[in-house]
Amino acid sequence: MRRTVVGGALAALLLLAACGDDSGSTATSTSAEPADITMVVYDSFPTEGTPLNDALAAFTADTGIGVNLVVAGDAGTMVTKAVLTAGNPEGDVMWGVDNTLLSAATDGRVFEGDPTPVDDGDVCVNYDIAWFTDHGINPPLTLADLIDPAYKDLLVVENPATSSPGLAFLLATVAAQGEGGWQDYWRALRANGVAVEDSWTTAYYERFSGAGGGSSGGDRPLVVSYASSPPAEVVYADPPRDDAPTGVSLGTCFHQTEYAGVLRGTDHPAEAAQLVAFLTGVAFQQELPLTLFVNPVNPDVTLPDVYRQWAAVPTDPYTVDPAEIAANREQWQDEWTNIVLR
Amino acid sequence: MLDVRDVTVRFGERTVLDRVSLNVADGEVVALLGPSGSGKSTLLRVIAGLLVPDGGSVWVDGIDVSAVPAHRRQIGMVFQDEQLFPHLTVAANVGFGLRMQGRPKGEIASRVAELLDLVGLPSLADRHVTKLSGGEAKRVALARSLAPQPRVLLLDEPLTGLDRDLHDRLAADLATLLRATGTTALLVTHDPDEAATIADRTVRWSPGLAS
Amino acid sequence: MDEHRAALTGPNRLPRWLVPALAAAPVAVVATFFLWPVGTLLARVVRPGSVGDTLSIPGLGDVLWFTLWQAVVSTVLTLAVGFAPAALLARYRFPGRRAVLALVTVPFMLPTVVVGAAFLALLPDGLHGTATAVVVAHVFFNVAVVVRLVGAMWAVIPPDLPGAARTLGASPAQVLRHVLLPLLRPALVAAATVVFLFTFTSYGVVVLLGGAANPTLEVEIARRATQLGDVDGAAVLSVLQLVTLAGVVWWSSRAQRRAALQLGGGSVPLRRPRGRRERGLTVAVTTVTGALMAAPLAMLVLQSFRVGGRFTLNAWRRLGEPASSRPGSGLGVDPVASLGVSLRYALVATTIALVVGGLAAMAIASARRHGRLLDIGMMLPLGTSAVTLGLGLLITFDTVPYDWRGEWWMVPLGHALVATPFVVRAVLPVLRAVPDDQRAAAVTLGASPLRAWWWVDARQAWRPLLAGAGIAAAVSLGEFGATTFLTRSGRETVPIAIGRLLGRAGALPRAQAFALATILLVATAVVIALVDRPEVDRAGRS
Repeated sequence: MRRTVVGGALAALLLLAACGDDSGSTATSTSAEPADITMVVYDSFPTEGTPLNDALAAFTADTGIGVNLVVAGDAGTMVTKAVLTAGNPEGDVMWGVDNTLLSAATDGRVFEGDPTPVDDGDVCVNYDIAWFTDHGINPPLTLADLIDPAYKDLLVVENPATSSPGLAFLLATVAAQGEGGWQDYWRALRANGVAVEDSWTTAYYERFSGAGGGSSGGDRPLVVSYASSPPAEVVYADPPRDDAPTGVSLGTCFHQTEYAGVLRGTDHPAEAAQLVAFLTGVAFQQELPLTLFVNPVNPDVTLPDVYRQWAAVPTDPYTVDPAEIAANREQWQDEWTNIVLR
Repeated sequence: MLDVRDVTVRFGERTVLDRVSLNVADGEVVALLGPSGSGKSTLLRVIAGLLVPDGGSVWVDGIDVSAVPAHRRQIGMVFQDEQLFPHLTVAANVGFGLRMQGRPKGEIASRVAELLDLVGLPSLADRHVTKLSGGEAKRVALARSLAPQPRVLLLDEPLTGLDRDLHDRLAADLATLLRATGTTALLVTHDPDEAATIADRTVRWSPGLAS
Repeated sequence: MDEHRAALTGPNRLPRWLVPALAAAPVAVVATFFLWPVGTLLARVVRPGSVGDTLSIPGLGDVLWFTLWQAVVSTVLTLAVGFAPAALLARYRFPGRRAVLALVTVPFMLPTVVVGAAFLALLPDGLHGTATAVVVAHVFFNVAVVVRLVGAMWAVIPPDLPGAARTLGASPAQVLRHVLLPLLRPALVAAATVVFLFTFTSYGVVVLLGGAANPTLEVEIARRATQLGDVDGAAVLSVLQLVTLAGVVWWSSRAQRRAALQLGGGSVPLRRPRGRRERGLTVAVTTVTGALMAAPLAMLVLQSFRVGGRFTLNAWRRLGEPASSRPGSGLGVDPVASLGVSLRYALVATTIALVVGGLAAMAIASARRHGRLLDIGMMLPLGTSAVTLGLGLLITFDTVPYDWRGEWWMVPLGHALVATPFVVRAVLPVLRAVPDDQRAAAVTLGASPLRAWWWVDARQAWRPLLAGAGIAAAVSLGEFGATTFLTRSGRETVPIAIGRLLGRAGALPRAQAFALATILLVATAVVIALVDRPEVDRAGRS
């Protein structure tokens, strides 16, 4: 008797869970009332409590379109999932496919029409200002500087096979040295004592001496991070500080653009298109710098002081065509692994 | 031969042995007679070196062995519930002590056969010990403790849990066996008949004992 | 184990429908939320010829070799390190015993991202990114398994058995080699299997500590699926992993059965250490184990007080508010709210795991031959790559009315799949140890076989269920891997929030991540202390 009750309770629990909380994306709108829609995001996109979320709430207030956020994992996982579910998507809009992943997404026919650029930024070598001041050395400025013996054993990078800034930095070297030249560059980098970590978190927090205003005790004053890491160091400093403890080597940057778009197979194409338009508007774009630490693409946005002052803007960053990235990524990663790790 | 002097054991607040002294001569079989739970087993554990007493000393052949660890004392013991090694065969149980001494295989085999003969179980060598009857298990335990030829053999209620017939038969066998091997032995029991059958001399358990 | 169940035969047999009725819910859950999605993924993505393509990936041999040897070395070292504390904690009662037990257990329950970071701060620079760091962390994580499983077995070995060996002239080393090790063998095999399973599939520790040169199979699977978009290759590799591990589990369950010995007599009561040697050993082992286990945990707590190179309470004081010093910024991480989410998910996951695992254990214990099949089936989710399961769920439940993608309850359900094997392992040995005579006695007293089963077997399952509940709750609280690969809506769990805080540059987010980890540590310790009774120790035996 009791067992049946337990079994029934389990079934009821699952059923309840299945029926309750049935949100947005699946219900077909039949009335004129605008439908709620779902935006698929990567895991560093805040789901609540930031000005970005306030802006989305304002969108809902204006249009009557509710926006649910679902987190699909890191950007790579998000695109993999989108390709697997292309045509029957998890949501109506997707935020945050960058140019290293764009070809995979478009080849997988993830989007309805072309996705729209929503933000950009750069992956660059960051340096620990205090360390270079203390040692009386000028920080490196270019990729060529990094293989100079003066900077021996100072750089930590991320593994391009497991980390997206790591991949971006590899692509910067491919763009700079050419398809046949980057291998020798990395051999030289290896000879110059480059350290490799699997994740940005480990590289930045555990190995980089400038992280958190020098709190982590890392052993390397050079790290591959973002051009916007210095303003983040200011914003999240404790005690508060006015100047950035880290700087950016402007000649080492890879340019990344992130895209958003309507997902093919959405039940609410009109509402989804409305949201994508809103994502490029000033109201939303102006909140990007201090929440996601990326540059807005809307030229009408006035950047916050702290961001304008400390975020580096490389004049001529490296970039590689998305189709070329998609075609060669696995081979480049394998080659890189053989050269640097084996 | 075996000389126990003023042994005291306390478990927390409870004093189990209070300055107990006891003496067993060379080749003598002594029975220690007393009710269950009076601390007789504890005394045997102290003599064997399995339990560190809170006071007193144990002497063998005029030498204080109190600081000698159990495996070097050459004092054998037959446990009340046999404590046969469940992962080994009968033969491996009996030969265990000789194997620990690193004796050659052939010597161990012949000695095991000899002992199994002695306790009347010549055909059981390859049997698993979990498949033995109560009486067989007792005999194997006895053979096992005799095998390394201990200087003193301690027997802790070795015949409890057997039916009357078997008990009497085994008691007689045990008496003969101990004489035949010339073993110095200390037997703990609650059964006066058993004590009379097996032992040369019976000591009644009383606080302090002494003999 | 099975033959003694023959005691209730003929007209006294349990009704035929009992085992199917018990097994129905567990089989349904595993089939629906594990076998079906994984099968769907394989059917969808694996092309003919892709097995060959995947197996000829350059460098795959190195990955397999590293995965295997680090798992073997980690397992052997974990057994070696856990052996002494297992013996001590199973035998002796001494001040601080429960503290040491909790200290040993907590790391096993903590998310790898947290302890990995603490380890990074603790290890000397030369060890960063080395296989040594991975192995050391694996030992730290898994010592609990050895202490629990081997300790439980040790507790039922009568102390007179090694005593008898001593009187026969065996030195302590000989006693260990010829008596104790053979008797402990089933527990050693069981512990080794679990540790091997965990270290073979290790992801977080390897990514954080192993550096780039040392990927395991699990890391390669995740890389294929998430970085290269090669779901096909990832699926093939995860089948390879699953088949390997299923083989190990099968071998282990056979080895355990062969080495099983009837020791009888139940647990030996704990006693105080006697004499200088025992006392010295107790103090030494307790101190060394305590220090080894406490150091990374202490480092973790310490990191929450270190901001910008100085000691401050700021990370804690500002835990409930936005961490930034500028208006307009924010991480969208609410540590206090995430704790609430984690507790709610833990409750749901624990409920599911208890119902499913409890019923499965009863079915396995009551069934005869088919029980083992169910037993292994319930273990499978532990050896399955989180990526594979996550993607499988995604493409399986994608159609109305079964479009469950992004539903909040998928996360606790994922936790429950991982926690259920622990519940089964906790309950099963207790049920198997119920003497048949008890059931027979109930029948002679007029109970029907079914009522006898209910009053004797089912009623005795509640204590280990309580233990299982604690483990399940702790697993859910600390789960990181599966959660990151499931699509999720709503708020984040504590481990995910920690991961996000660590993913942002700046002094305060990092310290707050460690403050949150400290809270998780305390929560886990409290859960363990609540359910950690002596009977729980015994329940770990399998």
